[in-house]
Amino acid sequence: MERKPTSFYVLASFFGLFMLFLYGPTLTIAILSFQGPGGGLTFPLRGVSLHWFQELFRQQSVGDIWGAFRRSLVLGLIVMSITVVLSVMTGMAFRRKFRGANVLFYLILASLVIPSILVSLGIGLIFSQLGLTVHWLTSGLGAQLTWTLPFGFLIMLAVFNRFNPAYEEAARDQGATAWQTFRHIVLPLIAPSLVGVALFGFTLSYDEFARTLLTAGSRNTLPLEIFGMTTNVTSPLLYALGTMTTVFSLLVIGACLGGAVIMARRRARAVSDAGNGSV
Amino acid sequence: MRTNFRSWMLALPLTVVLALFLLLPMVMIFVVSFWGATEFSIYPAFQFDNYSYLFGSSVVWSVFASTLMYTIVTWVVTLVVGFTVAYFLAFHIRDTTTQMGLFLLCTIPFWTSNIIRMISWVPFLGRNGLANQALMGMGITDEPLEWLLFSDFSVILAFVHLYTLFMVVPIFNTMVRIDRSLIEAARDNGASGFQILTNVIIPLTKPGIMIGSIFVVALVMGDFITVRFMSGSQSANVGRLISNDIGLLQYPSAAATSVVLLVTVMIVISIMLRFVNIRKEL
Repeated sequence: MERKPTSFYVLASFFGLFMLFLYGPTLTIAILSFQGPGGGLTFPLRGVSLHWFQELFRQQSVGDIWGAFRRSLVLGLIVMSITVVLSVMTGMAFRRKFRGANVLFYLILASLVIPSILVSLGIGLIFSQLGLTVHWLTSGLGAQLTWTLPFGFLIMLAVFNRFNPAYEEAARDQGATAWQTFRHIVLPLIAPSLVGVALFGFTLSYDEFARTLLTAGSRNTLPLEIFGMTTNVTSPLLYALGTMTTVFSLLVIGACLGGAVIMARRRARAVSDAGNGSV
Repeated sequence: MRTNFRSWMLALPLTVVLALFLLLPMVMIFVVSFWGATEFSIYPAFQFDNYSYLFGSSVVWSVFASTLMYTIVTWVVTLVVGFTVAYFLAFHIRDTTTQMGLFLLCTIPFWTSNIIRMISWVPFLGRNGLANQALMGMGITDEPLEWLLFSDFSVILAFVHLYTLFMVVPIFNTMVRIDRSLIEAARDNGASGFQILTNVIIPLTKPGIMIGSIFVVALVMGDFITVRFMSGSQSANVGRLISNDIGLLQYPSAAATSVVLLVTVMIVISIMLRFVNIRKEL
């Protein structure tokens, strides 16, 4: 066992502090959400209870958080599906050179760097001038896609950069159509990455705030609802809600990462079976 | 010719979405920036009032200056912290599973809510918060520090908290792809650890640094919610200027400010893009 240099310990402590910085505040509000009924927004804890979590389920004490949660969930799933499909399609397109590819590439990058409030304002203006009402399922959906699609596309670009076309050529040589090649060769190979794209699509939509602000209409998504609460709720209820939605996000992340790992393992096993001979 | 057609058919849906919900809105903002407004409505016009007001106001100039200040400070801090973290992960953790695990730990907060991550600083930094309790407990101050929360300090702290991972991820990605034999060669030739860092690693990590910087700069320049929440509405940046105008239904004025912000962001980002070929780095 080689001895680790001093720099390792210095950097490891720096990393540890960074982790504390990254997760400490979230853990703090997780602890504070178990405040007793008489407790406030900061320490000390006045008893430990589930009071504030129960309060979340009491209709009168909070706004429409469950409606907002439901809308965020539905919107997240729609954004996720569209992001996965369109990212794969565009990623496939970019595997070959085509006229205008560069312009499109920079348009997609622009979608990432244009300030969110501008997207929100612009879409809001178009809808109001056309006499349309903004709604989370129309303008809200479009606004969120401008945020999730670039991430999905860039991931697919990275995936196809490392993709070995030999498998497709083999399939084509054996007479597979373009669709068959995609369905039976490409899709299974990129499946674990698609889980990653889905994770981005869902979570970025579920937590999106700035682009949804002027485009969601009269019914709030969950982040909008939470932001509204910061101005008028001054009890640990806010922390309980924050903790609940963070736990939900963590479950989604865990499920996606777990799914991707399982898929990758299964594929590795399937490959390693080859050449072992038949029984 | 057929390749062009096939590729465009595949790319069409995404292009349509971006055309409708990104390009068209930007055109609309540009058009509306020349319109006029009364207290409760806006009307089509072609006037430069919004712009002349914008450039004539000293408040606007100082708000642009503070936006620039937030951007530069946040960029420097996230770069130093992000580089150090990525360096540790890429060069000091040998076991790939541990490396990926720790890397994931750095990225998980990205998939959780920014608003909640901002709110979570309140019990930390508030007047009776953990930071003040700790400082007073250690006898460093006698009374709680007021500037911890709702100040420029807390704004920048939140920016660093939210956006450092945008630096860590691309820098780590370029670092793990550096050919280790280059570092060995430098060492064999007698380079010190510091010389290897400045002469080998940093130049080879430049593309990752650039990609991270583009993200951080764009996010901080376009922000309006972090500044509003973390400064307790006491500080302003361009994004807040726009959102205030929107709140007052002064859309043409908001649109003019937006155009100026958009042009500024685009100039800064396109300068940064000159130093990196993003498609090659993916």
